[in-house]
Amino acid sequence: MKFIVAIVLTAFLAFSGGLWFDWWSVAVAAFIIALLVHQKAGKAFFAGFLGVFILWGAFAWWIDMKNESILSKKIAATLPLGGNVILLILLTAFVGALVAGFGAMSGSYLRSSK
Amino acid sequence: MRVIPFITSAVITTGLVWALNKPWGKTVPMPMGKFLSPQHGFWQNAEASGYDYNADLKFPDLKGNASVYLDERLVPHIFAENDEDLYFLQGYIHAKFRLFQMDLQTKAAEGRASEIAGPVAVNFDKEQRRLGMRYAAENAVKETEKDPVSLAMFTAYTKGVNAYIHSLKESEIPVEYKLLNSKPEEWSNIRTALLLKMMAKMLSSGTENDLSYTNAKSIFGYDAFKKIYPQVPDSLVPIVPKGTIFDTAGIVPVKPATADSLYFGKKDTMMVAEISKPDKNNGSNNWVVAGSKTLDGAPILCNDPHLELSLPSIWFELQLSTPTSNVYGVSLPGSPFVIIGFNDSIAWGVTNAQRDVKDYFEIKFKDASRKEYWFNGKWEPATIRHEEIKVKGGETVYDTVAYTAFGPVLFDESFSNPLSNKRSLAIRWTAHEGSNEGFTFYKLNRAKNYADYADAIKTFQCPGQNFVFASKTGDIAIWQQGKFPARWEGQGIYVMPGEDDSYNWQGFIPQAENPHAKNPVRGFLESANQRPVDSTYPYFIPGSYITPRGVSIEHFLSGMNGITVTDMMKLQGNYFNSLADDAVPILLKYVNESELNTEARKYIDIVKAWNLEADPASKGQTIYQCWWDSLESAIWRDDISKTDPMSPWPEEQTTMELLARDSSSLKYIDNVNTPEVETLSGVVTSALNKVAADLVIKEAEGKLEWGKFKNPSIYHLIKDGLPAFARKGLNVGGNGNIINAVTHSHGPSWRMIVHLVSETEAYGVYPAGQSGNPGSKYYDNFVDTWVKGEYYKLWVMKASEAADKKVKWVMKFGKG
Repeated sequence: MKFIVAIVLTAFLAFSGGLWFDWWSVAVAAFIIALLVHQKAGKAFFAGFLGVFILWGAFAWWIDMKNESILSKKIAATLPLGGNVILLILLTAFVGALVAGFGAMSGSYLRSSK
Repeated sequence: MRVIPFITSAVITTGLVWALNKPWGKTVPMPMGKFLSPQHGFWQNAEASGYDYNADLKFPDLKGNASVYLDERLVPHIFAENDEDLYFLQGYIHAKFRLFQMDLQTKAAEGRASEIAGPVAVNFDKEQRRLGMRYAAENAVKETEKDPVSLAMFTAYTKGVNAYIHSLKESEIPVEYKLLNSKPEEWSNIRTALLLKMMAKMLSSGTENDLSYTNAKSIFGYDAFKKIYPQVPDSLVPIVPKGTIFDTAGIVPVKPATADSLYFGKKDTMMVAEISKPDKNNGSNNWVVAGSKTLDGAPILCNDPHLELSLPSIWFELQLSTPTSNVYGVSLPGSPFVIIGFNDSIAWGVTNAQRDVKDYFEIKFKDASRKEYWFNGKWEPATIRHEEIKVKGGETVYDTVAYTAFGPVLFDESFSNPLSNKRSLAIRWTAHEGSNEGFTFYKLNRAKNYADYADAIKTFQCPGQNFVFASKTGDIAIWQQGKFPARWEGQGIYVMPGEDDSYNWQGFIPQAENPHAKNPVRGFLESANQRPVDSTYPYFIPGSYITPRGVSIEHFLSGMNGITVTDMMKLQGNYFNSLADDAVPILLKYVNESELNTEARKYIDIVKAWNLEADPASKGQTIYQCWWDSLESAIWRDDISKTDPMSPWPEEQTTMELLARDSSSLKYIDNVNTPEVETLSGVVTSALNKVAADLVIKEAEGKLEWGKFKNPSIYHLIKDGLPAFARKGLNVGGNGNIINAVTHSHGPSWRMIVHLVSETEAYGVYPAGQSGNPGSKYYDNFVDTWVKGEYYKLWVMKASEAADKKVKWVMKFGKG
């Protein structure tokens, strides 16, 4: 339950932070949630990771659907991901998630009492 | 707290953020984290297909209320209460849809491409600065500032662009900035001037060949040169109808006494070439038919400017309306006004004059500092301009450009090809003379009749244009307008001595003597980059003229009567190859069929059966063109390769005329590098045998059809940098010398037909879309229509039609 709460809160705080701050605020969001909702480092990492993975993945997928993949196809061919839009969405989600995961892990270790 | 693990994971987190927040060289030029973030990066530019453009905006710089109605094709219909608000809104809308393009083009014009592209663009930037692009723009701004009305319009436009830039959140900047990790820069009047100078370079800097002609003269000698690069082609159909009597020249320039020895007779070569010489095919077609030749008695005006095709397009379509003016057409993002279009009374269009307005003078400097140069018998101080070129991912580069009595020194010891003999060459170019080209369009947008049109264009200096005109009152006209030097015979086609004033321009052709025609009896006028006049015009007017399209247009228009808009659409899409009409019989006359190999025999049969149409499915066009190119190569390559860089290829038209006139006199057929003496029959035959081998390969790849062979493509402005942003493999035919002048990535950048009936009926299309955003469906939605040769009916909206169903969105503007 705590795990799911952490995921949801991370996603929510990361989204709100993104409205005002730079992209890497997702790491700060995950860090703060890991401090507030304390879990072991491994669990905290995955909660932070999944929170932003879901946020960025779903957000990108939603934008892409409304855009009918006009831009994502071009970007996916440029990066290069062979024009594969799914890969581009997964890469997006993974990059945000990785940063958030480590952010959350740092939060967990900061609060850990050995 | 678990100190070690905390520090470790905190370091990893910060390290990741750091690594994802910075660009990594060429492969990853953008900060990946920011770029991928759905709230900050490129995803924000993926415009929803049902995006809502409605807006209600307030700006302190506006004087009154205004509305911009966006129709179903995203064409803005701008309604303002006064001119300043009108151009403020044009600036705002241009920036909203085309900001990256405007920014990139003006930076490149100024010689700042290295800030975006890195070290690879340094020499391009040096050349732009040495061409004096910024100097030219500064002179234009000074001229503009003398006229309060112009200044007010340009300033309002600038404010509009900046109002948009200031309203942008970082997440909203165009996606190209995110890809390149850069930011938009403030607009200014000088940037508008730079945009217009970019056009001046595009259209009037590549129309001279002084350096390479100097080389060609050293190979062929002056007399033969005149035949190989002739001033007046045999097949010329000039813009001003033949038989027109010209006034006696108002100015008669005098040839310097030393010309025969120091100029014409000098065997000199120039081992330098410009890096970014504009494509000489930057031409166009325009024509107008009078009521006497149309079905319903109203004139029809047509224009299709041929430029490099790009995404986004160089053009942006719009309507500009105030209580006192109402104009529709295409504009250049980066400049106010409609450039090609029509209003409620008249229509106009432009083609390039192709005149030579840029000359080279050889300068003698006192020493390596280049601070003083020898002029009129003494050492004169040069004006020195220090140039600082900032380079993305590299050291700043400095350059020093000396300005002489002629103009800037383009080539010298510190800027030249590695092969160069380090000579100093200054240029004199009419683009440097202060002028206010924008004001011509301000007036044309409001012109009501021939007198207004003639008055509007008479101050237009550079690039020289053929302004075609028609009015609802039935007048048709054309003027080749520009500021053109009055030259003595032969002046300025080669590099000239620059140690005194004797070779300098002695004056300009009086404006009233520029080639023009009005209401000819035959009922039509046309221009297609050909020489504007026949040999009876009293001035020497070199240029890079293109003859065949004018021949075709004249041929078709003279045979037509009861003309309709549909006829004109067909003519703009015409694929008839008039040059091949003359060249194929020559090829077939001289080819020795018994000497052809098996493949060549198959291909010659296709050429024999060819209907001379260069449509996309035509195999005859591909075979003919390859055969002809191979023949030209066999005739000329050995001769023109005697200089480095190579001397220019003679025009296709010229080679055809030389072969048609008298093949025996064409001694250049012999390859100087082989012991035997080649004959015309021999080279025509071997030319086909040679290309047959290549054509077999093309055929195996399924690329023998012309449309497949030339692979018509429209690239993004960043070209090879963003191949996925291009549209390739378009199924269109045509060629540079055919009316429908589509080459690989160049061609009709806007097709317009205006029927001047009481309620103007107009049609247009360009191969891109209104939005510059690659993430918008309006980025390339006109391309397929253009490929099919179809048009959109242009809607001149009335203020009372705000509720019309064609209006999809409304942007309301007010003071606040």
